[in-house]
Amino acid sequence: MVYRLAVLVTAGLLAATPAAAADKVKIGFITTITTPAGVIGKDMVDAVNLAVEQIGGTMAGLPVELIVEDDGFKPAIGKQKADKLVKQDDVDFVAGFIWSHVLLAAQKSVLDSGTFLISSNAGPSQLAGPLCHQNFFSTSWQNDQTPMAMGEVLNQKGVKSLYVMAPNYAAGKNMVAGLERTFKGTIVGKDMTKWGKDAQLDFSAELAKAKASGAEGIFVFYPGKAGGAFMKQYEQAGLRGNVALYTVFTVDSIALPRLQSGNMTGVLGSIMTQFWAPDLDFPQNRTFVAGFKEKYGRYPSFYAAQSYDTIFLIKSAVEAVNGDLSNMDGMRAAMKSADFPSVRGPFRYGNNHMPIQNFYSREVVVDADGVWTTAARDVVLKDHQDTYAQECAM
Amino acid sequence: MDWSLLVIQLLNGLQLGVLLFLLASGLTLIFGIMDFVNLAHGSLYMVGAYFCATLTHLTGSFVLAIALALPATALVGLAVEVIVVRHLYTRDHLDHVLATFGLILCFDAAVHYLWGPEGMAIPLPAVLDSQTELLGGIVFPTFRLLIIATGLVIAAGLWLVMTRTRIGMLVRAGASNRRMVAALGINIEILFALVFAVGAALAGLAGMLISPITEASIGMGNEIIIIAFVVIIIGGIGSIKGAFIAALAVGLIDTMGRAFLDTLMKLVMSNQNAETAAPALSAMMIYILMAGILAFRPQGLFPPRGR
Repeated sequence: MVYRLAVLVTAGLLAATPAAAADKVKIGFITTITTPAGVIGKDMVDAVNLAVEQIGGTMAGLPVELIVEDDGFKPAIGKQKADKLVKQDDVDFVAGFIWSHVLLAAQKSVLDSGTFLISSNAGPSQLAGPLCHQNFFSTSWQNDQTPMAMGEVLNQKGVKSLYVMAPNYAAGKNMVAGLERTFKGTIVGKDMTKWGKDAQLDFSAELAKAKASGAEGIFVFYPGKAGGAFMKQYEQAGLRGNVALYTVFTVDSIALPRLQSGNMTGVLGSIMTQFWAPDLDFPQNRTFVAGFKEKYGRYPSFYAAQSYDTIFLIKSAVEAVNGDLSNMDGMRAAMKSADFPSVRGPFRYGNNHMPIQNFYSREVVVDADGVWTTAARDVVLKDHQDTYAQECAM
Repeated sequence: MDWSLLVIQLLNGLQLGVLLFLLASGLTLIFGIMDFVNLAHGSLYMVGAYFCATLTHLTGSFVLAIALALPATALVGLAVEVIVVRHLYTRDHLDHVLATFGLILCFDAAVHYLWGPEGMAIPLPAVLDSQTELLGGIVFPTFRLLIIATGLVIAAGLWLVMTRTRIGMLVRAGASNRRMVAALGINIEILFALVFAVGAALAGLAGMLISPITEASIGMGNEIIIIAFVVIIIGGIGSIKGAFIAALAVGLIDTMGRAFLDTLMKLVMSNQNAETAAPALSAMMIYILMAGILAFRPQGLFPPRGR
């Protein structure tokens, strides 16, 4: 009886603890830490840590608590981790997400719980269009936009026929759709290859088809590790010089060091499109790239750039409400104004909370220290808004 | 369809096939002779790849790196046999699966710790990193030709050892009736350790040969080991000949599926459906073959005699 009473009293005390005003900003960050794709996740987490360090670990005087979770490259695990973050850790923001299919699986758990969801990479068409949500924001792009820019580059170059290769998953399909929307030539062949934890990395059959197709160029989207593998095989199969290579999200600072150590010089001078480049001349970008190189001894990738922006976007929201994390409306309005220093320079948000921003052509170059990196060239799409925005009811 | 593309795709399939054979030959011997299910065989494939990558960067020579990495991988295999596997032979298959799954996690974590998550590229000498023109103007990557040649030489070597030497006779005898071999006074412990080490070296060699194409990465063996199991099930567990034929069949089916299935399916359905369905179906085909074999010939195509 006494025991029971004690339990009741304790329970009562616990329940009576007032829902204290937030004493810290809790950010859950879901990315891929294990599997070969973990190299992308590492770049993102490094950038987030750098950003948190540079802001002194606080936002509006509240300490920042970062909880990093590994999705293992699997939608089901990504959703589990999202559930854990909103239910068990009670985070204020869930951010991260490399993969569109993981984000699509996890988004409902986060948004239904009334928590802000910020994509630091994935930009599936669904979340830009019919599934758009007032609490969802992106610091990256909608998947179709970058290949749309590439389509324009191809038109400018007068490329008439193209062979297309991409992984068979949500983002791969968006990338191809984006390209097809702007590219005016003919697509003579297309391969959607197996993707996921057991992704196909040997493209011998596809490259042989591409070569035999007689296409002028080949367009590929192979993020992360697959990019490096593709580039090597493209060279080994003797396509360089025969079929010109055009990529999106394939050649970046994650693939380049290994391509350089493998001495794949053919990649130098190759063209891609991107919303950002390490040499974009904005104050925030200079701070970011210099800080990242100093702390980690390598160039940041675009994944890192977007993750870095994620922290500053959250900071702008928390500061706008002076740390009152219960003021969702205030934070939402602050984020919607995109009033924070971004590594891509000033941009604004569309109705679907996807950035309206420039897309550049980017070239692989050797920097002053002999390190292979990418440099921005021309603006291909100016203040570009994704096409799915009109399907968003907001 | 022009025939040179068909020949190139056949060569691609052959290359995948011999690579699978290198993995499957060790796996089928270990499964067949020791009755041991070794899920961690793929980890030795990864270890071989990382050894070779590191040694290539240290010595500057890919060929020298392979020569050094082969015995190193065999030693790792031997260590695994002595430290872990040896104590499990008398246990049942479920214990094998659990223990070797644990080994996979240990190996993956160890590689992550030692080499980091990035993976490693292996630069090839210029001679190999080019294309060779074959008969009829067919151009094929030189390195992939080398993989085919290496695989065929090793297959021939294994066949000679298995059929023409005393040790091969013991191994075959072991696959047919382990107890009888032991009863005849053969030191079965040494035979097992030897087979395990050779199997490890062959798996490692497969890893070394694929890494200049796809790069060495963590968990690279965990996907291909499933296909290697499919190969030994089709070929008959314990049979080198079965592993060889099944590996080539699986390699060819997989490559031909990726190469031509979408074109074929476009004849009977819309382009968009074919583009989505073809990769899924071509990934499934080898499993369909395995299911067919299991249904009509559960012991595999070439099971060792006497069981």
